[in-house]
Amino acid sequence: MTLVHMPVPDAGTLARRDEIIAGLGQLVPKRRMVTEERGLKPWESDALTAHAQLPLVVVLPETTEEVSRILAFCHANGVKVVPRGAGTSLSGGALPLADGVLMSMMRFNRVLDIDFPNRAVVAQPGVTNLGITRAVEHRGFYYAPDPSSQLACSIGGNVAENSGGVHSLKYGLTTNNVLGLEMVLMTGEVIRLGGKHLDSEGYDLMALVTGSEGLLAVITEVTVRILKAPESARAVLVAFTSSDNAADAVADIIAAGIIPGGMEMMDHPAINAAEDFLHVGYPRDAEALLIVELDGPPVEVDDLIGRVEAIVKARGAVECRISTSDAERLSFWAGRKAAFPAVGRISPDYLCMDGTIPRKAISQVLKRMRELSAEYGLRVANVFHAGDGNLHPLILYDANKPGELERAEAFGADILRLCVAVGGVLTGEHGVGVEKRDLMGTMFDETDLAHQMRVKCAFDDKQLLNPGKMFPELSRCAELGRLHVHAGALRFPDLPRF
Amino acid sequence: MDTLCPSSEAEVLDILAAAIGDCVPLAPTGLGTKAGIGRPVKHARLDLSGLAGVILYEPEELVVTVRAGTPVDEVVELLAGKGQQLAFEPPVWRTPDGGASRGTIGGLVAANLSGPRRLKAGAVRDHILGVRGVSGRAEAFKAGGRVVKNVTGYDLARGLAGSWGTLAVLTEVTFKVLPKAETELTLAVAGLAPAHAVEALTGAMHLSADVSSAAHLLAAESGAPFAQEPRTVLRLEGFVASVDARAEVVARHLAPFGPVERLEAAASADVWAGIRDLGSVGEAGEALWRISLPPASAAVFADRVAGLEPRRLAFDWSGGLVWLWVDDRLPDLGAAVIRAAIAVCGGGHATLIRGQDASRSRIDVFEPQPAPLAALSARLKAQFDPAGILNPGRMGGER
Repeated sequence: MTLVHMPVPDAGTLARRDEIIAGLGQLVPKRRMVTEERGLKPWESDALTAHAQLPLVVVLPETTEEVSRILAFCHANGVKVVPRGAGTSLSGGALPLADGVLMSMMRFNRVLDIDFPNRAVVAQPGVTNLGITRAVEHRGFYYAPDPSSQLACSIGGNVAENSGGVHSLKYGLTTNNVLGLEMVLMTGEVIRLGGKHLDSEGYDLMALVTGSEGLLAVITEVTVRILKAPESARAVLVAFTSSDNAADAVADIIAAGIIPGGMEMMDHPAINAAEDFLHVGYPRDAEALLIVELDGPPVEVDDLIGRVEAIVKARGAVECRISTSDAERLSFWAGRKAAFPAVGRISPDYLCMDGTIPRKAISQVLKRMRELSAEYGLRVANVFHAGDGNLHPLILYDANKPGELERAEAFGADILRLCVAVGGVLTGEHGVGVEKRDLMGTMFDETDLAHQMRVKCAFDDKQLLNPGKMFPELSRCAELGRLHVHAGALRFPDLPRF
Repeated sequence: MDTLCPSSEAEVLDILAAAIGDCVPLAPTGLGTKAGIGRPVKHARLDLSGLAGVILYEPEELVVTVRAGTPVDEVVELLAGKGQQLAFEPPVWRTPDGGASRGTIGGLVAANLSGPRRLKAGAVRDHILGVRGVSGRAEAFKAGGRVVKNVTGYDLARGLAGSWGTLAVLTEVTFKVLPKAETELTLAVAGLAPAHAVEALTGAMHLSADVSSAAHLLAAESGAPFAQEPRTVLRLEGFVASVDARAEVVARHLAPFGPVERLEAAASADVWAGIRDLGSVGEAGEALWRISLPPASAAVFADRVAGLEPRRLAFDWSGGLVWLWVDDRLPDLGAAVIRAAIAVCGGGHATLIRGQDASRSRIDVFEPQPAPLAALSARLKAQFDPAGILNPGRMGGER
């Protein structure tokens, strides 16, 4: 068993299961509900497979009205709801609750509007990330955020998790690329934010909802901005004999005023796992590998490739290959993009961590991670978005060996604490979910967390949407809402009084 | 009017605690550059200019942390010294004493008003990495961090952008900064009618030319940068070789619209400073609206508001931002016509940037919200400021 505990299921809700199913049956056709244990099994976890739980029932609504009616019903009956997109969360954001309805949004699978003049696409939340690019690429446009699960992950899930990707260094995260949302509150109220115009007026609720991990509202429609694809892209594959040199090269590139489309780093174990898996020609003896991609007009790309080459050579690169064709560029990326499955081949199980650190701390953190690896007796392979300091240490373990998962989780927690200690954060793009929930206290104090929970209370005061995720403990909104009037109110006699 | 001048976050905390105890509402204030935007309020001023100074600037990490009362002008200068910038191009506004300033960092975030490069680089809120502040509960808190990739908890730091000091008093802000472009260049065409201009702007955004700013100034009788003839301008920024190559692409696109004028770096910078600071343009007797709408609909919008006989009209953000000056004797300053036009264009919002106090008290200075959205916003306000001491009424209604 693992170290994370979920809230104790409400016995009353479990006892009313048949009644709840009957009630939901009035709102959606039976064929879009899953109630049998055998049918529920595939829904028991998301991509964080270390955690599993059968939901009370699964519903698959198709319209905003259905979502609204289901949520209003659950709100009235005090039933918890867990929204789920494609189920690719790496942090357990869509982990079901025994006493909760699992609401799959994957029937919302249509692109509603492709608006080239306004450079916007309106899509239902179940459309895949790549599906948006596919819908507009015939005119040379694309949707910029590109999480590595982009073939499968849904745009609604991207909004819920504020997903990033390889290109977020230059093109931003989901939050920087969403223009509008339609969402349904737990009460069933439907609210539209933004549209095809820029910037919200009034409170920036879109900022709060993006990355809220399904705790604030269920997203039923998303409007994203699309960009004209860069004219060309080339990549440089650089090998170093020390990760310090690689980290210094990364800092030098940024300091030279260059913001690459992507800048990725792999350490020795990750290089070799990728090479074993795909034979892409990565130098096996390298201590660190850097992939730097430049995009833009050919003349700019050529110019910057030259500048990057000079920088990495000055930092002692032992090998520097420059792509001369798109096929070669993609071959540089192939090993990096397949790093997770590659590591999956050399170990029965692995945990993927996701902390972000200031770039200057890269060498220090890698060094400490190697020490921790020895202390815990578990191997670790590192792939990361070096440009923005987002680490993905993969901790290798065997779930069949008693105690190894617990050790791997403890190792992972130590890595994340280290990230916070050097000025970074717990999660750069995978979300808190259940995985990092109990570590929130290392980054935020009680008052910080209370203010975050007050956002939750404004949206969902009964705390029925996706409880047990993100926050280490559930506080009642009534308690959080109490205002403490402090003593010493008369220290400012110059305040006007009414 | 009473003014309180804290010099530390601890003092802000004490003042807010006292304000709760005494039920005294406060208006967080910086340099007063945006005092004329929003509902006029008559609260005691909480002058934050004493909370000034740079806490951390790490150019190689592309990050700067400053106290909220720091003048934005100082930060812009500091970054320029290292060849960096706040990429959203903070505008210069008029100060109450007739001067010109970008205001304070806190005011910049509280208003979330960005300049021409917002089109490409994003708004103020897109560059916020973290904040510290004191909520209306007299509790100090932090949100976000100092790295770009961060999804730890709700994005409260970004969520406070545009809240006009009604949820929390910001004490510290951390921004992502970016390198300044090596050079810039502007291509201009004169004499286009609004519909043609929008066609030229929209088409430019469909090129692989990475246009960083795209604007159109309609003809006007007065007020630089306006002139007797309309002018359509497109800006390219980046490395010299790249800008030259892209300029050729854009020039080819513009050629069918008329003779293309090429403005090199210094002249280009002048043009965009003028467009950035349109909020400062205007004469006595004029009111100014700033309208965000789907970019391709700007000409339709201009047509719909023609009956208001605008003194001046400008499109920025490739048409997505419209500046509209009207006679301030119009009964509602044109609010009803403007908002009806926005609805026809597919939605957006209009903010009254300048108007007489009497008008600003009477008409909706911010876009009215549908009931469920207004109720949700009011609940957020109640969570962060249950006693209603932070700028109540500034955003209209409950807020």
